[in-house]
Amino acid sequence: MKDLLKSNMAVMVIFTVVVLTAPIWLEPIGASYPDLLQKFAIFGVFAIGFNILFGLTGYLSFGHAAFLGVGSYTAVWSFKLLSMNVLPAIIFAVIVSGLFSLVIGFISLRRSGIYFSILTLAFAQMSYSLAYSVLTPITNGETGLQLTLNDPRVVDGMFGIPVTNSLPSTNFFGISMSGYSGFYFCAVFLIIAFYISLKIFRSPYGMKLLAIKSNQTRMKYTGFNTRPYLLSAFVISGMFAGLAGSLMAVTDPLAGAERMQWTASGEVVLMTILGGMGTLIGPLLGVGIIKYFENIFSALNEAALHEAFSFLPEFLGNIMVVIANPFVGEGWHLTLGALFMIVVIFLPGGVMEGIGRIAKLFRKDKAGSDVLTEDVVASSSEKTDGGKS
Amino acid sequence: MSNILEISNVNKTFGGLHALSDINLKVEEGLIHAIIGPNGAGKSTLLNCCIGKLIPDTGSVTFNGRDMIGMQPHDINHAGMVRVFQTPEIFPELSLLDNVMIPALAKRDGTFKFNPFAAMSKENEIREHAMSVLADVGLDRFHDQHAGSISRGDKRRLELAMGLIQEPALLLLDEPTAGMARHDTNRTIDLLNQIKERGMTKIIIEHDMHVVFSLADRISVLAQGRIIETGTPEEIRNSQKVKEAYLGEEADDE
Repeated sequence: MKDLLKSNMAVMVIFTVVVLTAPIWLEPIGASYPDLLQKFAIFGVFAIGFNILFGLTGYLSFGHAAFLGVGSYTAVWSFKLLSMNVLPAIIFAVIVSGLFSLVIGFISLRRSGIYFSILTLAFAQMSYSLAYSVLTPITNGETGLQLTLNDPRVVDGMFGIPVTNSLPSTNFFGISMSGYSGFYFCAVFLIIAFYISLKIFRSPYGMKLLAIKSNQTRMKYTGFNTRPYLLSAFVISGMFAGLAGSLMAVTDPLAGAERMQWTASGEVVLMTILGGMGTLIGPLLGVGIIKYFENIFSALNEAALHEAFSFLPEFLGNIMVVIANPFVGEGWHLTLGALFMIVVIFLPGGVMEGIGRIAKLFRKDKAGSDVLTEDVVASSSEKTDGGKS
Repeated sequence: MSNILEISNVNKTFGGLHALSDINLKVEEGLIHAIIGPNGAGKSTLLNCCIGKLIPDTGSVTFNGRDMIGMQPHDINHAGMVRVFQTPEIFPELSLLDNVMIPALAKRDGTFKFNPFAAMSKENEIREHAMSVLADVGLDRFHDQHAGSISRGDKRRLELAMGLIQEPALLLLDEPTAGMARHDTNRTIDLLNQIKERGMTKIIIEHDMHVVFSLADRISVLAQGRIIETGTPEEIRNSQKVKEAYLGEEADDE
């Protein structure tokens, strides 16, 4: 098993099968409808990219939603000006968000630690405010950027794609990007993103990024110029965020400034920490858990709670409803906050650490290092390994 | 023999404190040069001025004919001057083997190389080299342990291995045996004597006279920011100035 997971090929085969069969195995928990599956895949790409920066170098960016927003705007503009084909939209989105993250990264990486986080947060909030005010001609302000009937769509026009009276839908060379085809399209990008991340994690480049996280001063005296390493990791994760943003526009062709707000940046931080930062699949688990529970808890209301507690005597049931009510519907963030606190306090390495601990219980030989958590370099690993040695 | 490192007229003040005043020091190639002196004499400040951590107020540091002042630490490393720190500077979350492979990668890849699609598992040459250097310092048995979990003495030996694998022209050792038990100290002395033949020049800062006199070819004595004497161990042992300034009454007993 351990040797199997060391081979990139085996990991990719397992991952691909798991992702592509998601509509089947998510059926029993009621999560197999296209909208939610698309969300899993898109936020998966976002979190994988974020984890390349945060998980490997330890630099916590609070501004990655800005790149997500830039990707969305670029993609929608590509739909408006060029073509409803999603390919150019995605390519432009990745390039533009890459350039944008190059500029922000260049400035923010002059500082480290909390100052870096604050700088990225400030940049993201500036982008958000600009999108609402000065940049209204580009972003369409509060309404958000949408498709209209009189968009030029130059390339589509050249290929003689007929102009209809209704808004056209996004397509990939004729295949409409809605429903399951939209999910499979996003899933392909999720698989590519995972492959890139796997290669980076297991490369000398990734090893150097980890070493920067572990002891940056030592890296400088060891002969490495750490700035270009950090900047390249920042740009890669920015491009992943841009890709995720463009995929959002692919499945739903509109872009709003709220996508760039700091809460959106905070969400990807939560996902990564909840799943397990610095691990390959931890961020994906975080995405799955948060998006799934968001879906369930935000749909509940008081009536549904009454039904859920109907097995109790009416008096007790009413009390339970009063207690549970603030945690559902609009208040589901309260649930998320509580969940996050429990995980961070009891499993600082996230869900992946939990899986690692359970695996350890079942394994007799204590000498071997953990397969699933082999890439964990969270601060918590010191604690668990301290007892082992 | 030529001088690999020349420090001339170096001054460094921190506020009103004159940490280094008019330091002139020539280090001959291929020798082990020890710098000794009481606490606060300015030994570590002098090393920091060599590797780019501090910039001296005046004077020059010339290494292999190149002026080092104002150069970035990573460029100084690639010029061939490598420092081993007093408090172990290692990568605590990584394995011992990775800790030693990283400096080897630095030597091969330069200050920056973007190769996200190369595979670490195929770096066999570097891995074998790192294992042999770990064996040299006696840590090869623990190669897959986290560096943060080993003892302090082992961490210091690990950092020594990280310096040695880069095969620098000049290795700066800041109290390599501080905090080690006596038998660990002796092992380190043996190790440093063994690698003496490899033609690596070393500067050693040390408190432990046992270490200094069993290793050094030249000794410079630093007191209150000044070099008061430089010479062979025999000359230093017999120097009246050194006895007064540093060895004090203890030396009279000998």
